[in-house]
Amino acid sequence: MKILLKNGSLKGEKNVDLLIENDKIIKIGPAKSITDVNAEVIDLSGLIILPGLVDLHTHLREPGREDAETIATGSAAAARGGFTAVHAMANTLPVADTAGVVEQVWNLGKNVGLVDVYPIGAVTVGLKGEKLAELSAMADSNARVRIFSDDGFCVSDPVLMRRALEYVKAFDGVIAQHAQDPRLTQNAQMNESELSGKLGLIGWPAIAEEAIVARDVLLTEHVKSKLHICHASTAGTVEILRWAKDKKVNVTAEVTPHHLFLNQTSCESYNANFKVNPPLRTNKDVEELRKALAQGIIDVVATDHAPHPIEDKEGEWQSAAFGMTGLETALSVVATAMIDTKLMNWADIARVMSERPAEIGQLADHGRPIAENEIANLCIVDPEMTWKVDAQDTHSLSTNNPFHEMTLKSKVVHTIFRGKLTMKNGQVKK
Amino acid sequence: MKKHLVSASDLTKEDAVLVLDTAKELATISDRPVKKLPTLRGRTVVNLFFEDSTRTRISFEAASKRLSADVINFSAKGSSVSKGESLKDTAQTLQSMGADAVVIRHGSSGAPHLLATRNWIDAVVINAGDGTHEHPTQALLDAYTIRKHLRKNEGDLSGIKVAIVGDILHSRVARSNAILLKTLGATPIMVAPPTLLPVGIENWNGEYSYNLDDVLPKVDAVMMLRVQQERMNDAYFPTAREYSRNFGLNAQRLKRMQEHALVLHPGPMNRGMEITAEVADSKNSVVIEQVANGVSVRMAVLYLLLGGSNSEMGENSL
Amino acid sequence: MGANSRNSARVVLESSDISRALTRIAHEILENNKGSKNLVLLGIPSRGVPLANRIAEKISEFEKVNIPVGSLDITMYRDDLRLKPPRALAKTEIPEGGIDHKVVVLVDDVLFSGRTIRAALDALNDIGRPAMVQVAVLIDRGHRELPIRADYVGKNIPTSRNESVQVLLADTDNNEEIVTISAGQQ
Repeated sequence: MKILLKNGSLKGEKNVDLLIENDKIIKIGPAKSITDVNAEVIDLSGLIILPGLVDLHTHLREPGREDAETIATGSAAAARGGFTAVHAMANTLPVADTAGVVEQVWNLGKNVGLVDVYPIGAVTVGLKGEKLAELSAMADSNARVRIFSDDGFCVSDPVLMRRALEYVKAFDGVIAQHAQDPRLTQNAQMNESELSGKLGLIGWPAIAEEAIVARDVLLTEHVKSKLHICHASTAGTVEILRWAKDKKVNVTAEVTPHHLFLNQTSCESYNANFKVNPPLRTNKDVEELRKALAQGIIDVVATDHAPHPIEDKEGEWQSAAFGMTGLETALSVVATAMIDTKLMNWADIARVMSERPAEIGQLADHGRPIAENEIANLCIVDPEMTWKVDAQDTHSLSTNNPFHEMTLKSKVVHTIFRGKLTMKNGQVKK
Repeated sequence: MKKHLVSASDLTKEDAVLVLDTAKELATISDRPVKKLPTLRGRTVVNLFFEDSTRTRISFEAASKRLSADVINFSAKGSSVSKGESLKDTAQTLQSMGADAVVIRHGSSGAPHLLATRNWIDAVVINAGDGTHEHPTQALLDAYTIRKHLRKNEGDLSGIKVAIVGDILHSRVARSNAILLKTLGATPIMVAPPTLLPVGIENWNGEYSYNLDDVLPKVDAVMMLRVQQERMNDAYFPTAREYSRNFGLNAQRLKRMQEHALVLHPGPMNRGMEITAEVADSKNSVVIEQVANGVSVRMAVLYLLLGGSNSEMGENSL
Repeated sequence: MGANSRNSARVVLESSDISRALTRIAHEILENNKGSKNLVLLGIPSRGVPLANRIAEKISEFEKVNIPVGSLDITMYRDDLRLKPPRALAKTEIPEGGIDHKVVVLVDDVLFSGRTIRAALDALNDIGRPAMVQVAVLIDRGHRELPIRADYVGKNIPTSRNESVQVLLADTDNNEEIVTISAGQQ
């Protein structure tokens, strides 16, 4: 089986032809230089070739909440968004805190076969923040877990966090911290600000994130380990990260598409599709996050795709669940936020949505250069298409997409996963 | 006027004055042998209370009944209603029962807003207090009470200074009052320990202070908010005694106020905590009158939102 | 309705006509009720109120007694509330002494469908129990929709349904005082 991609723009730079056989790129040449009568030919004129996108932060909900998402539906949504690898967060039911559960997730992902599903292991048993889960067993399992996170909860106990950071050094793991001081955010509903006061919603101060980020950066430096900051959302976090990187602390950070694009004024509608953890912040935070991503202070974009059934989202704000879906809109949102504003180019997008995430996740087959003999994981983008998001039009089981009705620029049109078209012309091949 | 009354900010100055003027006329009903008007005959008002509030519910009930509306009291408190799905289900139930207006009290900020904007129900939505957000009819009755005493029951409240004292952070009454007083030309001054003032208070309409004694001599009215004992446990202030010493209204403080100054309280009062019995029963206190004014103001709101066809006020209306 | 429509309007009463009509009504009220005893005049806002005041003044002049005069807002009793946007309320002022066992004369500017008087009778019913209720109007333009008639009429003016009758009075309309008829719905 061969696929010949004709006249596509490599990361927005030079135009090339690219021949794929089985799971590998076997030949790359100048535009219109390659012909192969046995190959399925796809014309990429006007389109951009990126390495397949890698998400470090995805909630696939299976096992436990198959009403919200399954590994199959989440994989389909990922393929549609241009992803070839996703990292499944540990907050399932049961929690992914044993080798058994992470291997189950790993195997389910393999069976679906639309993206590589890499499980993230829980840091503590049951995400309870009390004692360490069997991190080493998960690392040694078939799932080969390298990222550990209690996401949804913060590892707030400083001693436990220190031990976790130390312990994962044995197998070169990384702790991905959900930075949220629990005491400062009790019952919190939205960014603490003048607006939260007006709306009568309990405030979630930026400091609740920044205090934990600062502490963990210092801990990481002290024990010489590796830290990853999930969903950085404040200008203050950016400042701390800047300082930490300056000091060569081994810390990486992600930002979500929604924190790059939306701000707290969306909460005025009391539409719980805008309720998310961490909360949407101010315009100034959005600006600082964009700059930090462009400068590499924030390393990657991660979706924090968090599907929820309608009944958990359509009611009163306070009783609604936190989270937004985002796999299918991620690239378009990031491109609209970063390329339309001239903060980044397509090579930068490749860096923050594929290369760096794959590095952090230690993935051998993803985020690689687009070159001969590399595994063919590719994402093909139409940079000029403008389109209006329809939350109902999704492969996810859930419709809590905050970008509903918004107009975005650029869209993923084809996805190639290990040499196979998982999406062609917007149609996912299930 | 807008179709719904969800926030005090739904009212323009003209709207607010109209409500107060209408309430003034409707207040005379209570002096008549027949305390009832036929205006809302055949219309159904549902009191949808997800939280207990006997005072507010009775006030709306009396207002509706004096206008001859049919009143259905729907107490959702204590039932398993806690998730959003149920608010929608409840709304749709009320819709099929033909509710013309829903008076909603809810523990979650924004619940009335959802009811008014989600197309679950056609009825007029009146916010009777939502979470820590707003309580616009309370603000209207406070404004009415102030206007009656200090502005001969006419016009707006321009030039009047009102101290709002207590748990501003968690008070829907404070929020609605801050907005409405400003709309009517008055100056609200928020007074509380810093822990009980919301972040960003410096950008709110009006002024704020941490010191009640500084504020008292310059205000025309002081509105004491109920302070919940449980705030103490959450370390908003050290002890009830200390709170009361700094922010309680007692006889000595009352003496420092202007002769004409009014003392208001939305009730129920914690006598001995934010207000002493002596002050609550003093000649400056209009607390009891607030209750009566509440009925008139709510009649006015019901009439203006429900009395006519569902369009804006007519040209010959003012 | 203002200066614009006046151009095409036909004048039916001048200021002096209005004054004479009110004087005559005052006399008739006294004659009919054999004096001013127990009389209460209630004007229906907005223009019924100054008319009631003026009739009361005239009666007081003739009889050398003060006639109790007040106003009766009928907005909340209207049968067309649901057809129009909500209206602001006008004042209801019942004179001291109330209306029980009194002869209440309702005063309005124009008698047309009769629905305003119907509403006023309902409103009176909630306030007290007069011995008798009479109706005085400056203009009766016909087209009754209810079995209601006026006891005292300043002037009967035949109109078509499509015409509108406009009464302007010194107290409410910037010193202009005139009654006109113009084409077009009110």
